Amino acid sequence: MNHVIEMLNIRKEFPGIVANDDITLQVREGEIHAILGENGAGKSTLMSILFGLYHADRGTIKVRGNEVTIHNPNDANDLGIGMVHQHFQLVQNFTVTENIILGKEGSFFLDRKGASNRIAALSAQYGLNIDPDMIIEDITVGMQQRVEILKMLYRDANILIFDEPTAVLTPQEIEDLMQIMRNLVKEGKSIILITHKLAEIKEVADRCSVIRRGRLVGVVDVADTSVAAMASMMVGRPVSFKVEKKIAQPGRVILEVRELNVLNNKRLLGVKNFSLSVKAGEIVGIAGVDGNGQSELIEAITGLRGIESGSVIVEGNDITHADVRRRNEIGIGHIPEDRQKRGLVMNSSVSDNVAIKEFYHPPFSKRGILSADYLDEYAQQVIERFDVRSGEGIHSLAGKLSGGNQQKLIVGREIAGTSELLIAVQPTRGLDVGAIEYIHSQLVDHRDKGYAVLLVSFELDEIFNLSDRIAVMFSGELVDVVKTSETNEDEVGLMMAGITKKEGGR
Amino acid sequence: MKKTMYRPRSGNAFLVAVSAVILGLIGGAVLMASIGSNPFAGFYYLFRGGLMNIERVGNTLATATTLMLVGLSVAFAFKTGLFNIGASGQMLIGGLCATLVAHKIFLPRPLFLVVLVASALIGGALWGVIPGFLKARFNVHEVVATIMMNWIAYWSIYYFVPAFLKGPSLETESASIALSQSLRAPWLTKLFSGSYINYGFFIAIACVIIIRFVLDKTTLGFGLKAVGSNRWCAEYAGIKVNRNVIISMMIAGGLAGLAGLTFYTGYSRNIQIGVMPAQGFDGIAVALLGASNPLGVLFSSLFFGILQSGKGFMNAMTSIPPEIADSIIAVIIYFTATSVLFQRFWDRIAKNRRSRRPDQSEEA
Amino acid sequence: MWSTLSSIFPYAIGYTIPLLITALGGLYCERSGVTNLGLEGLMLVGYFACAITIRLLEATMAAHSVMLLTFGLVVGVVAGALFSLLHAFASINLKADQVISGTAINMLAGAITVYLARLISGSGNVRIGMGIIRKNIPLLSKIPIIGPLFFSQTYWTTWVVLVIWALSWLLLYKTSFGLRLRACGEHPSAVASAGVNVHRMRYFGVIMSGALAGLGGAVILITYSGEFHGTVAGLGFLSIAALIFGQWKPLGILGATFFFGSATTIANVSQVIPSLSVVPPVFFKVFPYVATLVALVLFSKKSAAPKASGQPF
Repeated sequence: MNHVIEMLNIRKEFPGIVANDDITLQVREGEIHAILGENGAGKSTLMSILFGLYHADRGTIKVRGNEVTIHNPNDANDLGIGMVHQHFQLVQNFTVTENIILGKEGSFFLDRKGASNRIAALSAQYGLNIDPDMIIEDITVGMQQRVEILKMLYRDANILIFDEPTAVLTPQEIEDLMQIMRNLVKEGKSIILITHKLAEIKEVADRCSVIRRGRLVGVVDVADTSVAAMASMMVGRPVSFKVEKKIAQPGRVILEVRELNVLNNKRLLGVKNFSLSVKAGEIVGIAGVDGNGQSELIEAITGLRGIESGSVIVEGNDITHADVRRRNEIGIGHIPEDRQKRGLVMNSSVSDNVAIKEFYHPPFSKRGILSADYLDEYAQQVIERFDVRSGEGIHSLAGKLSGGNQQKLIVGREIAGTSELLIAVQPTRGLDVGAIEYIHSQLVDHRDKGYAVLLVSFELDEIFNLSDRIAVMFSGELVDVVKTSETNEDEVGLMMAGITKKEGGR
Repeated sequence: MKKTMYRPRSGNAFLVAVSAVILGLIGGAVLMASIGSNPFAGFYYLFRGGLMNIERVGNTLATATTLMLVGLSVAFAFKTGLFNIGASGQMLIGGLCATLVAHKIFLPRPLFLVVLVASALIGGALWGVIPGFLKARFNVHEVVATIMMNWIAYWSIYYFVPAFLKGPSLETESASIALSQSLRAPWLTKLFSGSYINYGFFIAIACVIIIRFVLDKTTLGFGLKAVGSNRWCAEYAGIKVNRNVIISMMIAGGLAGLAGLTFYTGYSRNIQIGVMPAQGFDGIAVALLGASNPLGVLFSSLFFGILQSGKGFMNAMTSIPPEIADSIIAVIIYFTATSVLFQRFWDRIAKNRRSRRPDQSEEA
Repeated sequence: MWSTLSSIFPYAIGYTIPLLITALGGLYCERSGVTNLGLEGLMLVGYFACAITIRLLEATMAAHSVMLLTFGLVVGVVAGALFSLLHAFASINLKADQVISGTAINMLAGAITVYLARLISGSGNVRIGMGIIRKNIPLLSKIPIIGPLFFSQTYWTTWVVLVIWALSWLLLYKTSFGLRLRACGEHPSAVASAGVNVHRMRYFGVIMSGALAGLGGAVILITYSGEFHGTVAGLGFLSIAALIFGQWKPLGILGATFFFGSATTIANVSQVIPSLSVVPPVFFKVFPYVATLVALVLFSKKSAAPKASGQPF
């Protein structure tokens, strides 16, 4: 058996955690080998070691049977190993060519023309369809990913590592990528695919190594293994994909969005003529690939972005032009997409963070002076009720909490603040299964109390698990709104790519 | 230009400050030795110059007064996420307003003092609000904006003073204000044997107390600190970021204006043209050394006051150039900026005494 | 009118050149990803180093003035480069706050240069006896219109600086080194994963800013100043403003620094020119600073600042 890559008994430790604990990975020549694991399992660390960004504490690496040491990405490149990162390593205002030749220009004086020609040829050979002279900030996310692939091919990579490549792609682009991977294998490349998406592994991978909490659980033949089996290897116990919940009893309309038009950062319409309503006692989930206007829509509803035309009405109040504080006072809660940027002040204590929306009025303060006792009491209640664990209780700095506890803190703050309308955007991003289950149950709980919940998620299973109704967003527009019980993932997937029932879907 | 503010944890801030001071003094010693002087003699006379007798103590306190107020100004701005390099210009304008009042307004003493203080406060606040507004509304970086404001103030004084406040003798300074129109008080001056000490000292202490209260106990301070730490979260929480930036610069400018008041109508009794007040930059050192904490500012301004006040005596006794004081201060700033090294050092010592918390896992 | 213009033009160029070379230094630094507010101090260091070099040697080398002046320039460059290492170490290795580090540089330079100057001259000022004599360039100064404006009464340092400027443009935009340097200021992790040492690139950027700012200070001394007096009167900060004004591009800073140079010249001569002397001189003095504020406001929307500048990597 030809193993093109072997990583044997790899161990890597960071302060406080063992990221890789005696992991062995063996990739055969010409296969697509998936590495499956949850967020934080250690997959990215392992691949960063292979690519020379980290050094293993213990263990050996062999390429085609020869033991090697990889000190930096240059060494990895020389061995024919290339990596398409999860977060693209592209300079936004350079051209495609300039990004690809960066570090491998070939001569002191730049030869842009020659390089462009070579890149165009490579692009044609592998069916990548890239114009070398375009500027990165002007091309789509899918195209940017293909530029990353071209970067590897330009350096004659034979072993290609893909790190969570489909997170930012539409379903159609995912199909394209799968096909490109098959093409690459046909041309003699070997592929390592890091992912937590079971469906994609089933679609394109030959074998799969499952990693859990830094350890290798097992290596399976994908064709012979069910999704459920792989999932339970990944998580360590049988996984039910369903959340227990009662049937929704929707009441009056809480949120009404009417014909909303919102500009995005490029001064183009990011949200187009969007209308939606959310009733008390229901969860409406907005499905769609990241970048189709969800961020702009939520910012418009929460007051963080201006509105071109249309209106937003909550409990009968027209808040279209109201400031954020007014919206908070009416009872809009917001679990933001980026918990470290928007959700918390990392340098402040837990109790300051709990109070950040309410500090300016009684009983949190009186006539401009903070009521320290009340602040502490209230914060204590919140962290107890929502199981937020921290080293020094309410006096811990928010930045010292783990991701899961930070998110629980935010969820606790918003729910305890009694939100008539709770908006949750990617509420379980980057969290382990325990935290995910907890937050899901809190959201359902909130709905059962009779409040309205608007959920935005880029994970279709989360949408299906939680939502009573699903609204699909594509290119800033509402494609359709359907009852969860009356649809399935394939149908919604098509809608996410812009294809409605009317237009030749099923 | 973007910046990230680095804030040491309060427990370690004191240790970091002490480390920086020690290194600064070592730097000073090196400089003294490099020109052939005896560092011990140098420091001896430096500190004696600041503290030797009651008059010198008075001068040290008077020097510290201006530094304290500028330090508060810069520290307050830092806490709210802004770098106020414009304290010099704000001092000049505040001082100019106060000098004008001192020349033109004659009222019963208590009322006069109120008007005097208010004029400096308003002048400085105005000079601070302009870059604050430009930052809030147009995202103009406050460092460049405040430096421009410094030079606009400098040249404005340069032409205004000879034109409207000319002294009888020199072209380069304003007419002196009468003692009764200044912040000097006969009983204070007598208490300190004729030093420059003036009511400004009490104003400065009062400001330390007030600013500390505002930052720690009020909703205004809470909002300003939130904006300074993470303006995105502040915005998300409904805090009006732009308004807070403007208010912050207004307060910072006002404090620097008060510094001008104490310097131009307290410590001295006229304004010189063609001089950019060095205290504007020393105030940055005071704020950094004091970790942007009002109490820290109080102590570091006293320390720097000793240095600045004693350097003349040291120069007279040892011929070491008085710029040694500025050099020591500059070295201290450099080490405060690079305090990361000390941070890690003291953090590691602290960590070795505590056990690790179980729920602080990082996601790999 | 024409004679006024042609007589003040050389002065405008004289004021522009130190600004230009310092702003160019700032460009290297910012483009590599490091914010440098210490240009004022670095200029001062070059100014001082050149002054004492010439002062100490001018007695013995009076006959070889061009050689001594050149040597003085070189010393200024080296002094600036060495001093900038403080900022480089703090910003790159220690990941300190770059704004504070830059401010520390200014304060250190301000204090130490005067401290050392006192030892040499007792007063903190260092006067030198020689300087560059302005010359007309033989053939070119006879060309109608542009001759008298650009090629008469010039300092040879002007041409040195312009050559450096042109070579920098070539380096930054036509070579692989320049591509990598600029990438460090936009997306350092992309550069790192391409196998390039980002820290080394940033060191280069900072050292260049020290060297060129030092050159700027030295040029001031041997062209229009003639004396070190403890300050460069805000020119370092004006270079930063020119950098922003010029949107971090070589051509842009050429225009921006010329604008400032002309404004300063007009301010200085306003009292002597009848048509201008009606305006109170304060307006001319204040004009460059107000203009900068206006420009900052106008450019606030479409800032082309290097995206990763100021963020430690």
